[in-house]
Amino acid sequence: MAALTDVIYLDNNATSKVAPEVVEAMMPAFTALYGNASSMHTFGGQMSHDISRGREQVAQLLNAHPEEIIFTSCGTEADNSAWYSATETQPEKRHLITTKVEHSAVLAYGHYFEDKGYEVTWLGVDSQGRIDLDELERAIRPDTALVSMMYANNETGTVFPIEKVAQIVKSHGVQLHVDAVQAVGKEVIDLQKLPIDYLALSGHKLHAPKGIGVLYLRRGTRFRPYLKGGHQERGRRAGTENVPYIIGLGKACELAGANIEDERTRVAALRDRLQQGLLAAIPNCKVNGDQEHRLPNTLNISFEAVEGEALLLQLDQYHICASSGSACTSGSLEPSHVLRAMGVPFNFAHGSVRFSLSRYNTREEIERVIEVMPGIVRYLREISPFASFLKK
Amino acid sequence: MWEYTETVRDHFLHPRNAGVLEDANVIGEAGSLACGDALKLMLKVNSDGVIEDARFQTFGCASAIASSSALTELIKGKTMEEAARLTNKEIVEYLGGLPKEKMHCSVMGEEALEDAVRHWKGLPSRSREEEGRLVCKCFGVTDRQIIKVAKENNLSTVEEVTNFIKAGGACGSCKDEIQSILDKLRSLDKPLEEIRPVPRMTNVQRMQKVMRIISEDIAPRLALDGGNIELVDVDGTTVVVALRGACSGCNASQLTLKNLVEKTLREQVDPAITVVEA
Repeated sequence: MAALTDVIYLDNNATSKVAPEVVEAMMPAFTALYGNASSMHTFGGQMSHDISRGREQVAQLLNAHPEEIIFTSCGTEADNSAWYSATETQPEKRHLITTKVEHSAVLAYGHYFEDKGYEVTWLGVDSQGRIDLDELERAIRPDTALVSMMYANNETGTVFPIEKVAQIVKSHGVQLHVDAVQAVGKEVIDLQKLPIDYLALSGHKLHAPKGIGVLYLRRGTRFRPYLKGGHQERGRRAGTENVPYIIGLGKACELAGANIEDERTRVAALRDRLQQGLLAAIPNCKVNGDQEHRLPNTLNISFEAVEGEALLLQLDQYHICASSGSACTSGSLEPSHVLRAMGVPFNFAHGSVRFSLSRYNTREEIERVIEVMPGIVRYLREISPFASFLKK
Repeated sequence: MWEYTETVRDHFLHPRNAGVLEDANVIGEAGSLACGDALKLMLKVNSDGVIEDARFQTFGCASAIASSSALTELIKGKTMEEAARLTNKEIVEYLGGLPKEKMHCSVMGEEALEDAVRHWKGLPSRSREEEGRLVCKCFGVTDRQIIKVAKENNLSTVEEVTNFIKAGGACGSCKDEIQSILDKLRSLDKPLEEIRPVPRMTNVQRMQKVMRIISEDIAPRLALDGGNIELVDVDGTTVVVALRGACSGCNASQLTLKNLVEKTLREQVDPAITVVEA
């Protein structure tokens, strides 16, 4: 096992390092201050102040009101809750709209509703992963209960034009849910200006621990709780508050706000350097996704005629962590649904690698990847039966 | 992350016999780019039919590369007749095992070798028609291939077939067809009891099974008519129950007891069961 300091971690869209400041902020709630915020005694009750502060910190990052923030256990719960509420509160509406490139937290719920007899419109994307706004507008019907769309794609980093989407959807009076799990902390999100009803975020993508998420619920939007039980979160999400993680997420959001400029400038420049370095050094590779509207930290790149899992395990030898959309790593036998929806040819789809950076990455780390990657690709192409077909 | 054995890791990182064999006289191929893995096996076979050298080129994941490497090591020095008897099982054994979802990598080795043997005998690669009827359109797998791999590896579920040969692993529309192939295979074989002897249950096991079937199957059915059932005791093969709700005092309760409760438990737990009311 590699020492932690040796690891070059470029898989931040999968999960991210917990910020040291976050760990520090959480510690008291694990040790001396273990009370239940709902208790009558001062010992427990004092924790409700910490919860309030966490809620304010999250709200501030999104420019939302604190009471619009509902803590959940993860991004998936937040996504599922939005779909649940939108359909429960509008039982007469039996039509839903989403895209083919969503995270499985939304995809699976869409298929579940289809099984329940709902009609779901699955919007496609073009070769760069972009949606067609006219197609969206044409798909909206009087019985549409919800439009659900990700802010930015986890695999390619492609950012959807959420402002325009919101204008269109709200002009038809339809509810809008945005899965912003990958975007929070990387894109500036102002919910005073952006008229969306539900937004999901996940702590562990922005340097808080795994096991905490948020559902933003716009004031005045009718709501049915997904988890029923106690009166926590103003009766909108039952279950004892996860005090240490709420404190941690609050701190992580505060840090994300302070670092967003760094993400959008320095981290983006590192990503651009990685892209330029790899494209220059390795023939027959191409970038997947919309390079004009893309998360500042994400690079999805395909190496023709080699397979993604083999690339990742070779990178692992150098303690470089990344992901792939290849069949062998997707847990199924087919390559990533996102790349397939974009029509990426098989010879590229199987050889895709996603590098996702964070503010903790350095120029030296990026240069190291640029140094070792060409040799890995060359070696795997030497033993690939398809490499002889490549254009020289 | 996959749990690969040290041998798999070693053969992936340091594959034996990788690359082009310049003076190859027999070639075998399997897989395709669209499927996500492909293997080109190159052999140098002398006039006595002995494999003097073997090399490979593989597009695929770590276990596909390791399986190809193992295959070449296994067949070098053997005669083509000997090599022809090799199956994916020997490849898996050589590697110290493969994750079950990755068994298809070893089958790809066997298929490339089979293709090479045909070429050595002067036969063309097997055509689709000879291969049998196409079952899985996504991965181009035929019924003949499914039967072969199922027999050789004693596969009994659709999921296992998918792990070994990918069929059914994409759109899934052929899963029913794979199941009926497996059903047919089994019916040709020995009677079911002989293949899978019914294990003798201990009292505790029988009790647990009875409890589960009553709560998950029988009680919900009675509940439809406003009735309920409670398990009172299990004594050997005698099951004592109490009918509650609308069932208690119902004229048809004895019928319910025999036709529903006893019949279900006899079918699902033990043909010797008798059900009595407490």
